[in-house]
Amino acid sequence: MNTPVRNPVRRLWAALRALLVLTLVCGVLYPLAVTGAAQALMPDRAHGSEVTAEGRAVGSSLIGQRYDLPGGAPDLKWFQPRPSEGLGTNSRNTQYALLVSGASNLSGGNAELIHRVTAAKAAVVRDNSVPGHPVDPARVPADAVTSSGSGLDPDISPEYAQLQVRRVAARNHLDAGRVARLVERHTDGRLLGFIGEPRVNVLELNIALRQLVTGTN
Amino acid sequence: MSPVLSGVLQLLALVVALGLAYRPLGDHMVRVYTSPRHLRAEKWIYRAIGADPGAQMRRAAYLRGVLAFSAVSVLFLYLLQRLQGALPGSLGFSSISPDQAFDTAASFVANTNWQSYAGEQVMGHVVQTGGLAVQNFLSAAVGMAVAVALVRGFAASRTGELGNFWCDLVRGTVRILLPLSVIAALFLVACGAIQNFSGIHQVGQFTGGTQQWNGGAVASQEAIKELGTNGGGYFNANSAHPFENPTGLSNLFEIFLILVIPFALTRTFGRMVGSVRQGYALLATMLVFWLGFSALMMWTETAHQGSAFEIAGGATEGKETRFGIGGSSLFAVATTLTSTGAVNSFHSSFTGLGGGITLLGMQLGEIAPGGVGSGLYGMLIMALIAVFIAGLMVGRTPEYLGKKIGTRETRLAACYLLVTPALVLGLTAVAVALPTPPHSMANTGAHGFSEILYAYTSGANNNGSAFAGLNADTQWFNTTIGLAMLLGRFLPMVFVLALAGSLAEQKPVPATSGTLATHTPLFSGLLAAVVVVVAGLTYFPALALGPLAEGLAS
Repeated sequence: MNTPVRNPVRRLWAALRALLVLTLVCGVLYPLAVTGAAQALMPDRAHGSEVTAEGRAVGSSLIGQRYDLPGGAPDLKWFQPRPSEGLGTNSRNTQYALLVSGASNLSGGNAELIHRVTAAKAAVVRDNSVPGHPVDPARVPADAVTSSGSGLDPDISPEYAQLQVRRVAARNHLDAGRVARLVERHTDGRLLGFIGEPRVNVLELNIALRQLVTGTN
Repeated sequence: MSPVLSGVLQLLALVVALGLAYRPLGDHMVRVYTSPRHLRAEKWIYRAIGADPGAQMRRAAYLRGVLAFSAVSVLFLYLLQRLQGALPGSLGFSSISPDQAFDTAASFVANTNWQSYAGEQVMGHVVQTGGLAVQNFLSAAVGMAVAVALVRGFAASRTGELGNFWCDLVRGTVRILLPLSVIAALFLVACGAIQNFSGIHQVGQFTGGTQQWNGGAVASQEAIKELGTNGGGYFNANSAHPFENPTGLSNLFEIFLILVIPFALTRTFGRMVGSVRQGYALLATMLVFWLGFSALMMWTETAHQGSAFEIAGGATEGKETRFGIGGSSLFAVATTLTSTGAVNSFHSSFTGLGGGITLLGMQLGEIAPGGVGSGLYGMLIMALIAVFIAGLMVGRTPEYLGKKIGTRETRLAACYLLVTPALVLGLTAVAVALPTPPHSMANTGAHGFSEILYAYTSGANNNGSAFAGLNADTQWFNTTIGLAMLLGRFLPMVFVLALAGSLAEQKPVPATSGTLATHTPLFSGLLAAVVVVVAGLTYFPALALGPLAEGLAS
């Protein structure tokens, strides 16, 4: 009927021109405009919320990292993030080292996940029990023994942070009460009381802990 | 405050926010699709295309426009990936293999965004920003155009005219998606999403050593990814990645973006057919499913049945601390009841029944509220089936909005309904019967079957989320899922536009006392029942073999 574009070749040619001009609008002008505005107004966030401490970059407040001894075992002096042991084997994640993100995708009935959660729970109980204060396995929060969706979770639950307080205090020869207060100060509640979940940013907590240890705060 | 209460309050906050946006956005879209005036920039675009935006198209011409534009888009995106290795701005990544490039091109043009690749490992700036993100806009605009053509079919009287495809495509992109995306992208940057064109670079770590970061135009892609119900992540972890979805607030905002256009389109529909109450009736049915599924999901995930979760004390595997059970459940339901497929937590690690809810959400046909455009036309097809069934009960020729739903219309609606189940069940059966495809499963037993069922359900319904343990980057899965996405997108569009043309040629018949009222709560209820019965009859056996078996065993 009264369509302006009649034969197939002309129609495909019109479609190609439409695609190219809309690619210019949506694929060039739009991202450049947003990038320009973001870089001008919020350069730090647009670049990944880099955190500096003692004059050097130590990561991003949004991205988790590992706190290990040179051999690869967890350095128990520092607060530990959520587990990432299983994530290195699925080719999609490199345990916080590379920003290659991904989850284990194992189901609740999967034997490997059952084994991994059981092992993680035993490790949390073993590592965090200090003389006179054994950790009750029933009190280990779920986030301490499961890996996250991105594999880069920067946060742990306030319960998991508090569970680590006695161990961290003992390893750093600090008073447990002071460390507990440090955790409280770094606990973020829900926005407006209901959006998101309470959490502790592990990197920011460890930076504050180092200041406490070296006496620079 | 308990996590469940916070989840419920976040759901209420979404209801309020969506309610506030409903009328202004719905009315804006009416103006966009009915105004006779063209913006100066649009006139320039029409000149570049060589199209007359004022020329009315009948169904065949409209369909030819949709198919020509989509075919060119698939080819362009395919070539862009195949040539990546030779293009500048590709971060040193090589060209994509033919089967994966086909799968990804089909996926993004079909508004599916199924990904058998990890974005940060293989896709450079040019392909991500100049190719994939562009289709996030355009595939969404095509979906809205087809929905609006169907609505015009109901509203027209013996003209057979459905509007102009090029005009609808350009206006949907320029006047709806672009302005909203700019605002949304800047909001996401304010929350912490990144927006830069840095290359791969090293950043120091707390205990020494470095972390490797990818830069990218992430916030601008994230905004249209959710708003256009696309779902293809910049990073492999999609919206679970802190650079895509940094906080609890950005999470709630992204769920809002997913839902806002599909819900508001029911207002646009009501205004365009001359009765907003007709739109409210569809909206009510959509709301019933969305609220019901959200409540069910929070319940299954809080109950955390499944051996590993019971040992852990919670179903937190694959979920981020900042979102928790509430934010993850709300996102999972919104993404699978629409055609989005973005994920902020990994559905494969949900409880057995929770995973079943995500599957069922897609199998309802993604109509509550569904993808941008596709949700509205999917729900309108169900409405035709509902009036047809009601007509059978009382022995009258069914009518909807003054148009007779005769043999021809019913046949087209039935054909629409058969496409995705045939693709999903047929391909799943073939894949599990063949010797090699099951090797891709990461879990065994019922959950392994669910991985394959989920893959084809997600592909044919143009969702794009996954039980991502499945290794889908094989020739078999890239090819069959690619075909399922194309057929699952464009065959239904053929039937929708044929239906639209058929309706537009009819003269409306006046309503009489015997006409079934389709703007009442009774009709919303009938519609919901029809949706459940159709999906249940189609998919119950498959669901029983997968998520139900898993959920009931744990």
